[in-house]
Amino acid sequence: MTDTNPFGHSVSSEDIVETLGFFDAWEDRYKYIIDLGKELPAMDDALHTEERLVRGCQSQVWIDTALENDRLQISVDSDAFIVKGLLAVVLAAYNNKTPAQVLAFNVDEYFEQLQLLNHLSPTRGNGLRAMVARIRQIAEAS
Amino acid sequence: MTAATALTQAFDAAAVRADFPILQQEVNGHPLIYLDNAATTQKPNAVIDAITDYYRNDNANVHRGAHALSDRATQKFEAAREAVAAFLNSPSSRQVIWVRGVTEAVNLVANTWGRSELREGDRVLLPYLEHHSDIVPWQMVCAETGSSVEPIPVLESGDIDLDALDSMLDERVKMVALNHVSNALGTVNPVQQIIGKAKAVGAKVFIDGAQAVAHWPLDVQALGCDFYAFSGHKLFGPTGIGALWGREELLDAMPPFLGGGEMIETVSFSGTTFNTLPFKFEAGTPNIAGVIGLGAAIDYVQSLDRAAAAAHEQDLLEYTLALAADIDGLSRVGHPREAVGIYSFLLAGCHPSDVGMLLDQQGIAVRTGHHCAQPLMAHYGVPGTARASYTIYNTREDVDALMAGIRKAKALFG
Ligand SMILES: Cc1ncc(COP(=O)(O)O)c(C=O)c1O
Repeated sequence: MTDTNPFGHSVSSEDIVETLGFFDAWEDRYKYIIDLGKELPAMDDALHTEERLVRGCQSQVWIDTALENDRLQISVDSDAFIVKGLLAVVLAAYNNKTPAQVLAFNVDEYFEQLQLLNHLSPTRGNGLRAMVARIRQIAEAS
Repeated sequence: MTAATALTQAFDAAAVRADFPILQQEVNGHPLIYLDNAATTQKPNAVIDAITDYYRNDNANVHRGAHALSDRATQKFEAAREAVAAFLNSPSSRQVIWVRGVTEAVNLVANTWGRSELREGDRVLLPYLEHHSDIVPWQMVCAETGSSVEPIPVLESGDIDLDALDSMLDERVKMVALNHVSNALGTVNPVQQIIGKAKAVGAKVFIDGAQAVAHWPLDVQALGCDFYAFSGHKLFGPTGIGALWGREELLDAMPPFLGGGEMIETVSFSGTTFNTLPFKFEAGTPNIAGVIGLGAAIDYVQSLDRAAAAAHEQDLLEYTLALAADIDGLSRVGHPREAVGIYSFLLAGCHPSDVGMLLDQQGIAVRTGHHCAQPLMAHYGVPGTARASYTIYNTREDVDALMAGIRKAKALFG
């Protein structure tokens, strides 16, 4: 499954920063984010379990991780499309990276650069911040 | 011209809007369109000024000091209680207890009346429509007293199933607790009728007025309920203050909730006696600025033509429903017989959270999610809804902007 996930493989965080930088209108930026979400490989229904769920007040996020050859392989899903796109943005930075790389990455700076920092706010209740925390925890424990 | 538009013109929402400084701003490059009034309303200058004025000129602790400031603060504080009593048509201001909001009011009644009155096998009924704040305190107290909390079914329309209620009512039902207006769907519940039914089996009735207070004049005596509660922040007042109204004989018989200063008459280590109403339930230094701000909010609301304001809000709802009919894939959740200006909706192919984010980009504030009513969302089989809620300062232009925003969101997903 991981080899069909472009994020962290063929699509890097630098690619995302560059592409989003092209767009001025918010409509184009969000359309791009929604499209990124569509490129995430579908998560198996069987993986939508309580343990993998990061509950948000407004939308839900599921995450599954495995360490393969010292690299974190992460699958994610959400019931909301923009959140799914934002998850793809996060995976571009974290997926297929070593735990040390994950911990060294400054995700706030990245989202700031993308002008998406408000979505990472703990008050948003979309599960994104909690997901980032979960990935970092897993990296720390690995 | 329809009757509704004629009435709308009688109510000058634009003039009301000018009283609310926060509404004069841009968000994400667009003029702010605030449609999250069921979550909290904005505050008029009159309220902001009353709070500032209190801190600038009168700040002192109430009911305690032998000095001028304390006298002034106490006078304003108690004048606000009188204002709430008049606002609810309470026989006396002793029956008005300051609380943080509806949540605290429910906890107070559940923990005092509930703990002393509920016995094993007793039943507390709440409709499926209920807000978590009305459900959870009763669940906690019922679990400890061996009584049960049972949901009253709701019809597909979002109306309480009164036939089902009839079949549930018996002499073991000790409390029926419900909101006057549903925050998730806007349903105006037939509280008068429900109170009559509950009284017929000897049950007490608690009405959560959180979503009703801002819409029409209230009269607890005409309603005949035992408890009524509201939160100031949904009535153009500050956060952290609200009122619980109760029947005097019930309040008198109930044990205190929190212990501390202000709520006592005498304290000794051999025993303490409690203060009289309403102070028995008001331990510690209260939210004085909040109370004064709430008093100002009530004065502000009373200065408006409330019938015209209610007609204006109804017009906004009807206008919304008319425009929404032209957008494919846009559907309203519930269609209650009677509703306030709350439009809870779904856009096909779009999650409510997506709709909310895209509207926010256009400066339009709505609420998305389960609206603290997970049982109701489960009833409809939806993860949540997006909700626009209207009040006195909203206009048809706001509704136009909402519909344009929804069309744009739809196009992005198309
Ligand atoms: C129907 C209803 N009941 C209770 C509450 C809780 O009010 P508060 O949070 O002010 O205590 C709300 C507010 O969200 C509400 O809409």
